Amino acid sequence: MSDIFLTNLTFYVLSFCVIAGGIFVVSSRNLFHSAVFLVFTLFAVAGIFVVLNAYLLAAVQVLIYVGAVAMLMIFGVMLTTQLTNVRLRHVNEQVLPALAVCLFFLGFLIYGLWDTPFEIARAAPPPDISYKIGTLLMTRYVLPFEVVSVLLLAALIGAVVIAKRDRS
Amino acid sequence: MLELRGLIDDIWDFIAGILTGLGLPQWAVELFGYAVLAVVMFGFVAVVVLFLIWWERKVSAKMQDRLGPMRVGWHGVIQTVADALKLLQKEDITPKAIDFPIHFWAPVITFVAAFMVYVTIPFGEGLIVSDLSVGILYIIAITTFTVIGLLMAGWGSNNKYSLLGGFRSAAQVISYEVPLTLALLGVIMIAQSLSLGTIVAQQSNLFKWYVWRQPLGFAIFWVAATAECNRTPFDLPEADSELVAGFVTEYSGMKFAMFFLAEFVNMFTASALAITLFFGGWMSPFGPDFGPSWMWFLGKTMFFVFVLMWFRWTYPRLRVDQLMGFAWKVLLPLAFLNILLTGIGIYIFD
Repeated sequence: MSDIFLTNLTFYVLSFCVIAGGIFVVSSRNLFHSAVFLVFTLFAVAGIFVVLNAYLLAAVQVLIYVGAVAMLMIFGVMLTTQLTNVRLRHVNEQVLPALAVCLFFLGFLIYGLWDTPFEIARAAPPPDISYKIGTLLMTRYVLPFEVVSVLLLAALIGAVVIAKRDRS
Repeated sequence: MLELRGLIDDIWDFIAGILTGLGLPQWAVELFGYAVLAVVMFGFVAVVVLFLIWWERKVSAKMQDRLGPMRVGWHGVIQTVADALKLLQKEDITPKAIDFPIHFWAPVITFVAAFMVYVTIPFGEGLIVSDLSVGILYIIAITTFTVIGLLMAGWGSNNKYSLLGGFRSAAQVISYEVPLTLALLGVIMIAQSLSLGTIVAQQSNLFKWYVWRQPLGFAIFWVAATAECNRTPFDLPEADSELVAGFVTEYSGMKFAMFFLAEFVNMFTASALAITLFFGGWMSPFGPDFGPSWMWFLGKTMFFVFVLMWFRWTYPRLRVDQLMGFAWKVLLPLAFLNILLTGIGIYIFD
């Protein structure tokens, strides 16, 4: 990505994919289609990370989220009563309060983004960035790292306990 | 020595010179370069797969005391070319009740995911499309798309055999990905790098191969990789005797061919990854400058592909419960043990 035109072109194409995919995720009436569009959106986000030279972040994004969506697909299939063409209700009587809350958050986000100066680092990222992140995680940030691990372990054990409950 | 890198650079300089001479801007020439590279890689992969299919048939024939394909060409070498042409012409039958977009895109995603891995595989000295600093992580990330493709095929076909096959394979691939990734960690810990180019460069002769320092890691990797490729003894997703053809039941013609191609591409990838991480990649075992590097790469990879075929034609298939139990109760603890031992080893010797 040496050429600035190519970089910009890639960025706009990917942004379009992210936004269009996101709209399809929430508007699709089929649970499985939503999941597929979610994969598409998350993959395009990973593409934007690549444009920004954040290769580690892109790889981790794909690794974690695509695997998670695969799980979501399995749940989607298991929780639907008919095998295909399940009609989901998209609106209920709370549509107006929900709209108000959403508009409030939209305004809040726009306000926040408008006021934030986005500093752009001119220096190129260091070449062995994953090595440095790994070192930091194991030295300076080892406590938060371990806390997150314990949290995930607790979630894992909780899931096993809930799944095993009615098999006495 | 017969290295290809210089030749490729010369050819590209020549083409780029002509294109720039025609007045094309720099970005267009660059884009054209990427496109040519992708087509060349696709051609390479396609030829390898056609060869592997023929070879698999020959190996299976030898193991069962048959002759295998003999009629088309010398010992049937162009049999698979004929088969591919037949598949291209075949009518694409799509059942009425399928979820069309999902059914249509499933083979595409499966094949593209299998093909995208080749960005970071070092085929020889300098022969790597892009030596990403996160190479191994990239390969692991891209292969998760295989699960999506299989689930899409299973769901989109709207057929109980397909759905069962898709679910089985998703469970299998997700389970075996855990020990596979953990087994690779041993090599990453010793190499201190995620880049495949760097890892190959560190194994410059027979005694520096990582397999000597990571025998357990290699064993776990190889078993898990066999399962990831859906090869016997782990080929439950398409267990013909119980699931018709699993997730490919409702596919025909070119779409079926894409699943088939992806399976063989994955076999080649698993073997290429095994030799890159544990057996010195394109490096010659007898020190540098001993034969062209790409020949060493192909030779070593083909040997491991042969081992996969050997497994397939000599082992019976596992049962579903044995399969999952093996991944979680045997391979996973062993993978953790391997990481612990590697850590102790690094602490003592370095």
